[in-house]
Amino acid sequence: MRFNSRDFSNNKVVLDVRDLSVRLPNQPQVAPILNQVSLQIRAGETACLVGESGSGKSVTSLAVMGLLPKDALRVTGGGITLSGRNLLELTQKEMRAARARNMAMIFQEPMTALNPVMRVGDQIEEVLKVHGDLPQKARQERVLAIMEQVHLPDVRRVYASYPHQLSGGQRQRIMIAMALILEPELLIADEPTTALDVTTQGQILKLIAELQEKQDTAVLFITHDMGVVAEIADSVHVMKDGQVVEQAPVEQLLRQPREDYTRKLLKAVPSLIPRQERPETLSEPESQGEKVLQVQKLRKVYGGRGFFRRGEGTLAAEDVSFAITRGRTLGIVGESGSGKSTVARCVMRLIEPTDGQIVVAGSEIAQLSRQALRPHRRHIQIVFQDPFRSLNPRWKVGRSLVEGPVNYGASRQEAMQQAGDLMELVGLPREALGRYPHQFSGGQRQRIAIARAVAMKPDVLVADEAVSALDVSIQAQVLELLADIQEKLGVAILFITHDLRVAAQICDDILVMQNGKIVEYGPAGDVLANPRDAYTRALTDAAPGRGWDFANFRELQSA
Amino acid sequence: MLGYIIRRILAILPVLLIVAVIVFLMLRLSPGDPAAILAGDAATPAQIDRIRTELGLNDPLHVQFITWMGQLLQGDLGTSLISRTDVWTMIERRIDPTINIALLTIFISVMLAVPMGVIAAWKHRTWADYLVMTFSVLGFSIPVFVIGYIFISIFSLQLRWLPVQGYTAPSEDLLGFFQRAILPALTLATIYIALIARMTRASMLEVLNEDYIRTARAKGVSERDVLFRHALRNAAVPIMTIIGIGFALLIGGVVVTESVFNIPGIGRLTVDAILARDYPVIQAMILLTAGIYVLVNLLIDLSYSLIDPRIRY
Repeated sequence: MRFNSRDFSNNKVVLDVRDLSVRLPNQPQVAPILNQVSLQIRAGETACLVGESGSGKSVTSLAVMGLLPKDALRVTGGGITLSGRNLLELTQKEMRAARARNMAMIFQEPMTALNPVMRVGDQIEEVLKVHGDLPQKARQERVLAIMEQVHLPDVRRVYASYPHQLSGGQRQRIMIAMALILEPELLIADEPTTALDVTTQGQILKLIAELQEKQDTAVLFITHDMGVVAEIADSVHVMKDGQVVEQAPVEQLLRQPREDYTRKLLKAVPSLIPRQERPETLSEPESQGEKVLQVQKLRKVYGGRGFFRRGEGTLAAEDVSFAITRGRTLGIVGESGSGKSTVARCVMRLIEPTDGQIVVAGSEIAQLSRQALRPHRRHIQIVFQDPFRSLNPRWKVGRSLVEGPVNYGASRQEAMQQAGDLMELVGLPREALGRYPHQFSGGQRQRIAIARAVAMKPDVLVADEAVSALDVSIQAQVLELLADIQEKLGVAILFITHDLRVAAQICDDILVMQNGKIVEYGPAGDVLANPRDAYTRALTDAAPGRGWDFANFRELQSA
Repeated sequence: MLGYIIRRILAILPVLLIVAVIVFLMLRLSPGDPAAILAGDAATPAQIDRIRTELGLNDPLHVQFITWMGQLLQGDLGTSLISRTDVWTMIERRIDPTINIALLTIFISVMLAVPMGVIAAWKHRTWADYLVMTFSVLGFSIPVFVIGYIFISIFSLQLRWLPVQGYTAPSEDLLGFFQRAILPALTLATIYIALIARMTRASMLEVLNEDYIRTARAKGVSERDVLFRHALRNAAVPIMTIIGIGFALLIGGVVVTESVFNIPGIGRLTVDAILARDYPVIQAMILLTAGIYVLVNLLIDLSYSLIDPRIRY
């Protein structure tokens, strides 16, 4: 692993944040959102701001841009200096003029950060319109030039496209073009690759570095992904509860973290080394090797031939076959559009498979009618990605937990009793059954979602990106919980993820999908350590920071 | 797209047929006899019965219905029972004032309500927002005719700025048209403004929280352009929907407003026809109204794909 070790001490300081404090207005008793944050970035330098959600990373960046929500947050102390100018003293108008020209920002979600009803070319061009008076023709040429620079294909077509006609990676390139067209001194990138696939992420990181080099930009890069930090950072600032708790050059921080919090954060980063192989033996010998889920030649075509429609439809999954035995975990890994979620939903019969067999706990369910399917549903349960949207916000947690068992004939008292036990199983107090979902954190909600799924005593638990929306430390806890539950209940887990690190932590077997087909399927150790397929290799190669063992603060010792 | 339009237009026909059947039956089932009204107070039952036979009202219901449908299919709306004139001619003569006032109403409503809604959303939870919302509640809750009389009392009787009643065609005297049409249009617009402003505010509030609004601000775009260039078009689909739904309100409001301001439009025509149980006129008016309503909503649906490139039919 080679870290950045460039020296910037001779470059000018672009951004200088001194003792910045941000508070809720009129609420002096509430702890400050930002508490005396200081950081400096020099021209050409990449400073990474890391921390968990709620640590104040995004507030810091929005404060610099002057984009804090007006009535919700207020700067109460300190200073922000951009190339010698105190930004806090600027008028609204001067601040607007400084945006895009002196400092620019790109955001996390390329899907929502572009205006869906404007052509992307016009959106880039708007920057030139707002900041200057180039004639129309010159503006367009300049836009096409920057689009070339961010390596967009077929720029004239893309120029006239709407955001929904482009891929996530292309949209993020548009965002970068928009941010860098005026060559600002400072670029703030707020989790710009978090929503992207790992191979696309690699390309976008390279692109930012390339343009940074060309324009000598200072980059403030906000991320929660230590792998990304290891790849791109010059210096790292670790934030917690609105304070910078540690700042250091990247290599020093990863090798010799001083603060406990930094250590904790690094230790939570899941390793790319696959877990220890587990023997396929279980306490009850008669259930040994029992296949609780078998999928044969599963095929799913979306759309396609209908009464009013002709045409082929979209092939989302083809010839997908796998099996899971009781108490084991199979991971399906792939990038967006690979068909992994389609497979999960077909197995759950949330969508109708076009063809193939699905055998759950000994019964073939692929072609059963809605009615005939009902008794089989309890054998297979799912946990979804976003814990903020998968629980009914108007229902108390208890009601969500007992709904399933009551539907299958349990009495309400019985189900409530069991729900209480489940809450304890997932590490929450019994009394919490009487609370609403919004009273819990994201990690706690995901625990509740797991309890809800387990309440049905399923044979198979499908986890569809179940930890992707969580902070690393929470992620580690939830993964531990899943392993714990598996040990206690002997449930088989089908784990859908795009994150190889997570897959390495929890899966016994791994199945890699690309464009709806299986490209590799085998024991996790083999697939991750010695990938046979070129695509699997590309995936493992693209995982950021793959040469570093974060939890042990050293290079990865090859096994 | 073209296929979609054709399918939608074809779908209007069954709607109109159902409306026709319902209107026909409702009228025949409701009390009141056009023959008795025609014959006057001193008529004997025998005279009334003779008139009924002449008008074809003594025929069995299904014969009457088939006769009417037959005429309709040939594009003939029938003849008024009372004035003995062709219904189509009657409508033609009276439709101009109604259309002109309706257009003026929609224009005023959109021009006032949309900026009101946008500003209320922008200045969320400030006095400007509360003012717009208060007006909106008032606009909903005061009946149209009360508003009409209040306007007449203030602007015509007390301030003497505008004539009390009547109508002048814009082709004759444009200024005269505006002088006489502005109060009826404002009266009609009140509830419409309330509705559109409310919907604009709600829709804008949602859009202003979107990431691309933050992107626009990060580019240094001015607040005015953020609101009207970036946000409004994204908020426009629900606003267009409410404008379409409001059309039904407008048609109902026209009847009352034309009576209050004594305007010779189709609203008044309808009221007079109902009072006289003039069946062919009432039937024609309701069919016409239903047809316009369905067409307007088709246009609104088509406008979605102009507003939002993601919507394709």
